[in-house]
Amino acid sequence: MGTTSITDAQLVHKAKGGDQSAFEELMRRYARRVWTLSYRLLRNREDAEDVTQETFLSALEHLKDLRDEDRFGPWLAQIASRLSLRLLDHRRRSPTQSLEGLTSEVHDDENGGPIPHPEFIAEWRDDPETLLLRKETRDLVEEALNSLPEKYRAVFLLRDVEGLSVKETAQALNISETNVKVRLLRARLQLREKLTRLFGDEATRRMPHHHHDADPNLGGF
Amino acid sequence: MKCEDLLKALSDYLDGDIDPQICQELEKHLAECDPCQVVIDNLKKTILLYRKGEPFPLPTEFQERLHSLIRERWKAHRKD
Ligand SMILES: [Zn+2]
Repeated sequence: MGTTSITDAQLVHKAKGGDQSAFEELMRRYARRVWTLSYRLLRNREDAEDVTQETFLSALEHLKDLRDEDRFGPWLAQIASRLSLRLLDHRRRSPTQSLEGLTSEVHDDENGGPIPHPEFIAEWRDDPETLLLRKETRDLVEEALNSLPEKYRAVFLLRDVEGLSVKETAQALNISETNVKVRLLRARLQLREKLTRLFGDEATRRMPHHHHDADPNLGGF
Repeated sequence: MKCEDLLKALSDYLDGDIDPQICQELEKHLAECDPCQVVIDNLKKTILLYRKGEPFPLPTEFQERLHSLIRERWKAHRKD
């Protein structure tokens, strides 16, 4: 039987029983994902290497405690994001980089700030599959992600890329499930806005409907 | 439901984790509101774009270091 047909849960089970090759197969399956997640959170190659390494060492150490054997991937993502955030927190405390940290916390608007209304609304010229074929567009997609505030980026990566549940994301980031939902919505809307400005077909542009009649700041569309 | 209300329910709708009553109101709004239809289509594509993207390749030298480290640690771990 080839390794591709073995499920993660079966590999986790074997590795728990002492099968080293099973753990190595899990590493082959997930090393790139853990690396990518860490790199996207940290934007620094050395730090992402450290976090990736620590994630697999921690997985090895605590594998016996993983009860939900088919959630190995999300479990790894939780470990990697916790380690990344700890590192970011550490960086923030160092005086040379404190400004960067502060700016990401300035707009702390979970608690009731209005959700920004979509502005640039247009049909995309290409499908996601087509866009991903070209290096230039992949770079733009990466830049858009990178421009998100760190706390929105973390939630988006865990929920929409790694497929964690709201609860798993809340546990990993040590925030409430409500905060996960609010941050995810803001992350998705910010990315939509940026990407539609890049990939939207101007000829199909729609003007947003505004129903605020009491808000004088919203005129002018 | 207005566009602003739809916005608030958007994530739950996209995740298929929405109250049936709100879902019904949302779909009613959607049937009559072209900009909101496009926004939802944009959002679905946005999510797909990141979900379908390939992870970055591991730097070769790091990959080797990682695998040998884990092999060593595995041995030590099994001895305990
Ligand atoms: Zn609408």
